[in-house]
Amino acid sequence: MTMNGWIQILVFCGIVILLVKPLGGYMHRVFSGDRTPLSLIFGPLERGLYRICGTSDREEQHWTSYAVAMLLFNLAGFLVLYVLQRLQGGLPYNPASMSAVDAALAFNTAASFMTNTNWQNYAGEGTMSYLVQMAGLTVQNFVSAATGIAIAMALIRGFARASGKSIGNFWVDMTRATLYVLLPLCVVLTLVYVWLGMPQTLGPYVDATTLEGAKQTIALGPVASQVAIKMLGTNGGGFFNANAAHPFENPDAISNLIQMVSIFAIGAALTNVFGRMVGNQRQGWAILASMGVLFIAGVAVCYWAEAAGNPLVHALGIDGGNMEGKETRFGIAASALFAVITTAASCGAVNAMHDSFTALGGMIPLINMQLGEVIVGGVGAGFYGILMFILIAVFVAGLMVGRTPEYLGKKIEAKEVKMAMLAILCLPLAMLVFTAISVVLPSAVASIGNSGPHGFSEILYAYTSAAANNGSAFGGLSGNTPWYNITIGIGMLMGRFLVIIPALAIAGALAAKKTVPASAGTFPTDGPLFVGLLVGVIIIVGGLTFFPALAVGPIVEHLAMIHGQTF
Amino acid sequence: MSHSKSASIMDAGILWPAMGGAFRKLDPRTLVRNPVMFVVAIVSALTTVLFIRDLITGGGDLRFTLQIIIWLWFTVLFANFAEAVAEGRGKAQADSLRKARTETQAKLLAGDDRTKFKLVPGTSLKVGDIVLVEAGDIIPSDGEVVEGVASVNEAAITGESAPVIRESGGDRSAVTGGTQVLSDWIRVRITAASGQTFLDRMISLVEGAERQKTPNEIALNILLVGMTLIFVLATATIPSFASYSGGYISVTVLVALFVTLIPTTIGALLSAIGIAGMDRLVRFNVLAMSGRAVEAAGDVDTLLLDKTGTITLGNRQATEFRPVKGVSEQELADAAQLASLADETPEGRSIVVLAKEKYAIRARDMATLHASFVPFTAQTRMSGVDIDGSSIRKGAVDSVLAHVNQSTVAGGGARPGSDTVRDLQAIADSIAKSGGTPLAVERDGRLLGVVHLKDIVKGGIRERFAELRKMGIRTVMITGDNPMTAAAIAAEAGVDDFLAQATPEDKLKLIRDEQAKGKLVAMCGDGTNDAPALAQADVGVAMNTGTVAAREAGNMVDLDSDPTKLIEIVEIGKALLMTRGSLTTFSIANDVAKYFAIIPAMFAVFYVAPGQTTGPLQALNIMHLATPQSAILSAIIFNALIIIALIPLSLRGVKYRAIGAGALLSRNLLVYGLGGIVVPFVGIKLIDMAVTALGLA
Repeated sequence: MTMNGWIQILVFCGIVILLVKPLGGYMHRVFSGDRTPLSLIFGPLERGLYRICGTSDREEQHWTSYAVAMLLFNLAGFLVLYVLQRLQGGLPYNPASMSAVDAALAFNTAASFMTNTNWQNYAGEGTMSYLVQMAGLTVQNFVSAATGIAIAMALIRGFARASGKSIGNFWVDMTRATLYVLLPLCVVLTLVYVWLGMPQTLGPYVDATTLEGAKQTIALGPVASQVAIKMLGTNGGGFFNANAAHPFENPDAISNLIQMVSIFAIGAALTNVFGRMVGNQRQGWAILASMGVLFIAGVAVCYWAEAAGNPLVHALGIDGGNMEGKETRFGIAASALFAVITTAASCGAVNAMHDSFTALGGMIPLINMQLGEVIVGGVGAGFYGILMFILIAVFVAGLMVGRTPEYLGKKIEAKEVKMAMLAILCLPLAMLVFTAISVVLPSAVASIGNSGPHGFSEILYAYTSAAANNGSAFGGLSGNTPWYNITIGIGMLMGRFLVIIPALAIAGALAAKKTVPASAGTFPTDGPLFVGLLVGVIIIVGGLTFFPALAVGPIVEHLAMIHGQTF
Repeated sequence: MSHSKSASIMDAGILWPAMGGAFRKLDPRTLVRNPVMFVVAIVSALTTVLFIRDLITGGGDLRFTLQIIIWLWFTVLFANFAEAVAEGRGKAQADSLRKARTETQAKLLAGDDRTKFKLVPGTSLKVGDIVLVEAGDIIPSDGEVVEGVASVNEAAITGESAPVIRESGGDRSAVTGGTQVLSDWIRVRITAASGQTFLDRMISLVEGAERQKTPNEIALNILLVGMTLIFVLATATIPSFASYSGGYISVTVLVALFVTLIPTTIGALLSAIGIAGMDRLVRFNVLAMSGRAVEAAGDVDTLLLDKTGTITLGNRQATEFRPVKGVSEQELADAAQLASLADETPEGRSIVVLAKEKYAIRARDMATLHASFVPFTAQTRMSGVDIDGSSIRKGAVDSVLAHVNQSTVAGGGARPGSDTVRDLQAIADSIAKSGGTPLAVERDGRLLGVVHLKDIVKGGIRERFAELRKMGIRTVMITGDNPMTAAAIAAEAGVDDFLAQATPEDKLKLIRDEQAKGKLVAMCGDGTNDAPALAQADVGVAMNTGTVAAREAGNMVDLDSDPTKLIEIVEIGKALLMTRGSLTTFSIANDVAKYFAIIPAMFAVFYVAPGQTTGPLQALNIMHLATPQSAILSAIIFNALIIIALIPLSLRGVKYRAIGAGALLSRNLLVYGLGGIVVPFVGIKLIDMAVTALGLA
């Protein structure tokens, strides 16, 4: 590890923290329906959209109506994306003449982008037409992110309201998230990316003659605009197969830093929105601090493991850290940092190949996702995810101070515990069960690129990434088979909706409750004690489940490596 | 009811029957009430069946499997034992109560003539029947005294052998079936049918027969079931991981891992904790009508306390004599004492005592003085003496002033507006402002001064309220006094708020207002007019001396009729919740060590490098447990024994300390969270050494 590396990490953290308050304040205004400078431009459009939908920003929904609206909207998005892929051969904006996408792959991709996962069992430049990329994938990049933000807002309202029946209006939340938050930020980011050298064109691919005289087709496209939302919306689906390692998707260290910051920006700011809406910003900071502790721990281990490198390689006389699968323009620190960020949030973009990380370095992304991506997490998703853990933490801790547990004045009772446990349960269900089946299914095992524990990690990573709605791939696994396309697709749907629906049920239940004023008998949830407690609960409740799986994957691989054994 | 509060948690009279109970509770219908232990029983049965199969076919490591099975069943039995012990303590109390519920003959009255009664069995009485109970009779059922007054021995339910007075009308009209009339006679209207009397309810309550899961217990059970399901997934997927890694894990080992990981510790002790919580109240002579009420007690935000008897001693006492100008203290004290010689009220006696202590004026005999006593009446609102033509009166300031004004116009100096009157009124006002009651004294139309009667705040009560404040509980004093007096006493006692000149309606409104703010309210009361407020309060403690209506309305009954107990009731409620939370934390934190014991034991044979005997995962055996078998066996033994080890704590409860929620949480997290991580590492290592030394594995 170098001083330079740590400075990069600290600069990143500093920028994210500086953005929390302004962005949080702005989003708070937007979702409270207050006027913002952008209301001048988008106000009429917003009201027009409501008129078309037959709703209004004064109309509120019960949690069940909210959930139905969300499900219908996502179903429609799924179907459109599926049909677009299947029919792309006959549709315009297809200069590279891509043919229809195979049914299983189209299902996988549609599920993937609708759930904000962006797992890609295809290579973008070789499979998808510009039309699918823009009207299908990019649209879902926006609306899946907006869905996440909407759900988080609904849950926040559950805490902020007392004795209420409704938790907001899904259509209004969606519209505001898209129009006032995602769209304007993406416009700015796109321009910056173009300035930094990313392509933004609808022109055909370019043919170049290399120095050896060979002909090479260079894929282009509307890259900058898709990269902007892929990062900001924690989608992570690359325009190119190499994702953010590709020089067109991530030209230099500055673009790398901007992309990393934009992954965390909205997720981190949501903690502040939460604090503002419940009337105590410290509550939000405490949550962010818990995320921060887990994040720094992850970065430290990952960076250390990568910087330490492989002793077997050192034995051959080659010193230094592990540069395999990393871009020289980013180096070890920025690659390790990117890997931790992208898996802490549900982004899944990669600027280095996680498959090539050391065993321990590659385990950190796995753990990040297995914890449910609550370390900042996906836009909205991370926040409602960590609230599930908070409910469990507060429930146990509240008992320990001798009261019926309460958080922010809301009593945590059977219903909330039940729903939170359901949400937490769905992750090991999807991750472990599918992995367990795949590692004994000969046709599934045939897809892995390495034998032994590393091959195990490849499968575990795939289902972990899917259920956590991350979308990053470990690599090494050839996932484009019917088995993986379908099971990974199901894993993504489970990881998304089996968390969202309990979260909305909790929002509804909490909104209906009275808010109990805090007293000396309620334990403070805005201090270091709470931060420590929450971190402990996330690790023990969220993490211990995966210990056996990690033991036969990265942990045994690492220990074997020390003994000179590789796979 | 037993008053041996010092009775040991584990006495043989309870332990032996509880061992039998542990086996009886293996009945699946009983087990299913406790989901975690039910799951353990199922997997234990499964392993047993597999063992029998292996025994017949002759495969597997039978010695090891048998030991695991034994400890699996022990885990279930220990859980049952914990519950049986907790219930056993209640059963012992129920038995002593049952003795009181002997068959009685009741004297059923048909009309007003109390000599004409018909002897019927006590069990045949219906609600509304009127019975006669005479000296020596056992009261046949719960009822209300409609006529007469009697002294009653209620030791059967309260354990207090001093008789109490029960009379018709007022707040002492309730009688309880099973208690005995010692003197006189009463006519009682029966208010409870046979089998539904207070005594019956007490028996079923302390036995836990009617025990239902409380809301918080249900929520905790859901959490535990959720954790169990998570570990089902974690362990059920292991065989396939093992198969991929080129190994094999036996069902016995998987079951052992599963049982150690799921929260068996708290699962086993959860119902014992709940029963023990009720039992702690019973030992404290408070009967909670439901577990829900005990839990609510822990959550109370606002405590309504009656001033008299709770915050202050029952009676006001004279604390000083304040003469008007021109009168000496001695003279005032002398007159006040004379006026109070025959006054048997506590206030009157306190005047006599004060005069004697402070001014060495001895009490004199009324007869030798030829004094005649003028008692207090509601009309005059004064009392006093007449001695040889001279008269002394003491009483409320305005009554005495009126009296002086009227009787001796020529008395001089006592006219309204005169200096003396103004002086007297100034003194009286200053006393009232300080929370005292002024009592004016005059002799033959001449105003002498004022006696300061003061409410004496109970010793130590201020500290108790400070403690409550630290718990986050607001105290509100309820009093019939005027606001000025109430404010002064409230300030002296250190309560947070007060409700002066309170009517029952005011009380009810106060409770509703607090509840509308989301707060939980506790109060105690005894009178019929307290009943609506008792019913409305989240925790309503009725005094056992109170009326039937009050006892019906409350959700707890204090057999000692001591309103101060509310504070301890809150602490018991909190201790109950804390015990649950602490043991849950402990149980979950234990998993870390268990993983480190079992995972290396299971996986050590994977990926063994050429020339090595164990695989790389042996490195995770940080406790250096001897063999894979001994490691697994030690973990399961620890898991079972920890249940037994924690029974005393779960019965006694984690002590509540009023040190503020944050400090309390960090303390408990340190003890039960960090302790929960460390203890099993030590415990499993020690057991492993023992297991190895004994050659068990």
